[in-house]
Amino acid sequence: MKRQRDTLLLALTALSALMILVALYLALIGAPTADLKSETGRYAQRIIYFHIATAWVGFLAFFVTFVAGIGYLRTQERKWDIVALSSAEIGTVFMLGVLVSGSIWAKPAWGVWWVWDERLTISLIQFLVYVGYLMLRASVEDPARRARFAAVYGIVAFISVPINFIAIRLWRTQHPLIFGTESGGLGPNMMFTFFFCLITFTIWYVVLMWHRIRLERFRDDVEQLKQRLMD
Amino acid sequence: MSLHNGLGFLRKTLAIVYKDIIAELRTKEMFSSMFVFAVLVVVVFNFAFDLRVSGERVRQVAPGALWVAFAFSGMLGLSRAFILEKDRGCLEGLLLTPVDHTAIYFGKLISTVLFMLFVEALMLPVFTVFFGVNLFDLRLILIVVLGTIGFASVGTTLSAMTAQTRAREVLLPILLLPVAAPVLIASVKATAGILDGLTMADIAVWWRLLLAFDIIYPAVAFMTFDYVVKE
Repeated sequence: MKRQRDTLLLALTALSALMILVALYLALIGAPTADLKSETGRYAQRIIYFHIATAWVGFLAFFVTFVAGIGYLRTQERKWDIVALSSAEIGTVFMLGVLVSGSIWAKPAWGVWWVWDERLTISLIQFLVYVGYLMLRASVEDPARRARFAAVYGIVAFISVPINFIAIRLWRTQHPLIFGTESGGLGPNMMFTFFFCLITFTIWYVVLMWHRIRLERFRDDVEQLKQRLMD
Repeated sequence: MSLHNGLGFLRKTLAIVYKDIIAELRTKEMFSSMFVFAVLVVVVFNFAFDLRVSGERVRQVAPGALWVAFAFSGMLGLSRAFILEKDRGCLEGLLLTPVDHTAIYFGKLISTVLFMLFVEALMLPVFTVFFGVNLFDLRLILIVVLGTIGFASVGTTLSAMTAQTRAREVLLPILLLPVAAPVLIASVKATAGILDGLTMADIAVWWRLLLAFDIIYPAVAFMTFDYVVKE
């Protein structure tokens, strides 16, 4: 059973690696060039395949942390806390990826690295929430209390996502958009690449989660062994 | 909950508020530091803006400066709210009393809101003098009340949590500010709208958002506060 699961994990890891390579090819070469005026803009546009997929994983990870938090508060079982922690860690990294890739795209497209546009702002706030979540975990020593606090903060923070979204959307639409709208509709070939990247990143997220959960379980095992040695 | 239970809950909540007010009246510690800090924030804002912002443009920065002062001094009060209890082991005492734990939350929430409102009431004339804008407007006071309740409602839960961590008050702003961002956005926008002479109907989206926040977060706390304080 354990052997089987390890083989499956290995296979899934290899699959996600392969899919990322294909996704890279599709995004950089395969997908048709966007119909944009500036040459740099045409190149820069190709980042959106990875950018949006990263953002999707970032928000998905946050949702998983939220659900796992509720699961923990209901059952007080360690496995839920492990899921919440793993998802939050992965989400933080992906959220940072969103901010960085967004900035790289914004420079050629809008001429600046950063605009307080609604999507940028909400991503930044989500990233900061994640950072807060990890810092909270780091500063509580008792494992049960750490899990409880993290679960509560995960819930409080996740509920703020839609409210933040509404607030920031209203806040921004009060001003005219100076930098024009984002690239319009995607052609059929672009759509394929787009969804391929989305699926690839989702599988990648699952693989990362699996590895991270496994790691945390090992850590628990080591901790138990240490305890037994001491006793 | 029957009427009798409801009244009992209210009485217990108010008993905690009463206790906090008595304790504060004896020391005046929290109130004085909150007020002086709020004044300092306004002073620092004047340095930060230098003389680049003057005359008519002061109106544009005034709402932001006002709410930063309120939020920061509020944070000072929030972080004290539970650390004070924690330091002398009073929190354990409170938890041992035969009250529902959520009564502790609502008691702390009400006393924090009262302290914040008191400081804010004193800040409005200070602000009127320093920034030369008239802030004595009933609609503005309504916005201040709504914003303060929203900020404190999520802040009280987080403060109860951070008081029990190693980092303590350092952690509170990091957890609170991203989650409370909608309150700040809506309050600043509504305040700016009133200063610009808009009607309540014009800024309806903002005070409705505040109202929604003021209902959602106490409700979330009602469900999760038990997990924050239990041992």
